[in-house]
Amino acid sequence: MSRSHLEILQTGPLALIQDRGRIGHLAIGVGRSGAADLGAHALANRLLGNPAGAASIECTLGGLRVRSHGRSTVCLTGAPAVVSVDSRPVGHGALVELPDGATLTVGMPPNGARTYLAVRGGIAVPRVLGSRATDTLSGIGPAPLRPGDRLRVGRTPRRLPHVEAAPTARPWPAEVTLRVLPGPRAHWFQDPDALARTPWTVSSASDRRGVRLHGIPLQRNETHAALELPSEGMVRGAIQVPPSGEPVILLNDHPVTGGYPVIGVLLSADVDRVAQLTPTGRVQFRWVASVA
Amino acid sequence: MDSRLLPLGEHALLVELGGTDEVLTATAALGRLAAAGHGVWRGVEDLLPAARTVLITLRPGTQLSRLRSQVQALLSDLAVSADRGQSRQVEIEVVYDGPDLADVARHTGLTAQEVIEAHTGTPWRVGFTGFAPGFGYLVGGDPRLRVPRLATPRKSVPAGSVALAGDYSGIYPRSSPGGWQLIGRTSAVLWDLAQDPPALLTPGTIVTFRAVPS
Repeated sequence: MSRSHLEILQTGPLALIQDRGRIGHLAIGVGRSGAADLGAHALANRLLGNPAGAASIECTLGGLRVRSHGRSTVCLTGAPAVVSVDSRPVGHGALVELPDGATLTVGMPPNGARTYLAVRGGIAVPRVLGSRATDTLSGIGPAPLRPGDRLRVGRTPRRLPHVEAAPTARPWPAEVTLRVLPGPRAHWFQDPDALARTPWTVSSASDRRGVRLHGIPLQRNETHAALELPSEGMVRGAIQVPPSGEPVILLNDHPVTGGYPVIGVLLSADVDRVAQLTPTGRVQFRWVASVA
Repeated sequence: MDSRLLPLGEHALLVELGGTDEVLTATAALGRLAAAGHGVWRGVEDLLPAARTVLITLRPGTQLSRLRSQVQALLSDLAVSADRGQSRQVEIEVVYDGPDLADVARHTGLTAQEVIEAHTGTPWRVGFTGFAPGFGYLVGGDPRLRVPRLATPRKSVPAGSVALAGDYSGIYPRSSPGGWQLIGRTSAVLWDLAQDPPALLTPGTIVTFRAVPS
């Protein structure tokens, strides 16, 4: 019996295959990549009874249409969008049965940026360096999805799903507050507290490499004004401050090293919320430890 | 060796050191402990040597404070050594006809031929990687070859271009924008996903250049 597969009929701005990411290759210049909203991706796998390493589709700003060849069970998490199966609306954070030939449509989410479509068994494209994630910076991993792509569904896990739906009580406020720990170069800045005092808005030049913010530029102090930082290792959630003074929050496809000082690093629990920010969204930072 | 441990969030630590020799020595020592995986060292997920720092990333659930004190203790007892854990040797054949060869000669006060002899005369070492998968920052070359970056970076540098900038030499693994001065080209494959590791140049690798006719 041939296994079921999903056929991509249409994509919105960007639809990618993602998993937990590519671990252990930093020293050859390969970053972690992986689902930008790791919590949403993991929730979908959990609901489906998938192993934690299973891959899903990360759909940015909706516009995805998929046809099921053979029966499959899917689940949508992340940014809640209007989702329908053959014009019948289906739930968010719930198990959805797709009969053979059914078409699933993911609309544009009114709030948030990234919706995850996971399938029981996972998307079974070949792994590259141990992961199925698409790294948009280095081009490693499967290409962005296009109409006509047929994605094989992996072997059905033995484990049965034990919940049918998860309430996604996560609020989608107009302004998010992100908690920050002092970074390695916090003392390069005249007034690190300005990061927390300044209201920031999300720039449209944001992507999986980083979310750029607009606001009153941060100033370096005199000692560090003209100093050049030799490139150093970066992490997801680090807040880099380029010469413009407007911070960039690094996301999953950030370059492994960077030459701009990192003023702070978000608590990892808050990085998933950054992945759901959309242009003009408002951001407030809150230091959770003082800059020494 | 002297080191400073800098914070980098809940799951990472940035170790700041004196320079590339210290970074390579520390990375090798940290790598051995992480590979052995005893005690808190099991929590080390990955290591990334850079110009003056080593990034240590941690597996979820690892106690940052415990690892921190272990790293501190290790580095204070560590002396810079010739043992850098890896001494893989690679020879790269280069056709020295790069568009910036004449400018590099002018800037260094050498003739083009002397630039080539300086570049091939001393073995280089991969200090660290970055910029793009497969790109190695080569250190330890002839100090006369120190040149600035281009004032305006090129929009596209061909794959295999052999270049200089600052104290470094490097080879572009694939076509990309770039601001280094191009002195030659090689047909060596620097990045091949069918190989393990896919990068020809990994931190610590000794690289010797050899001039070949075009």
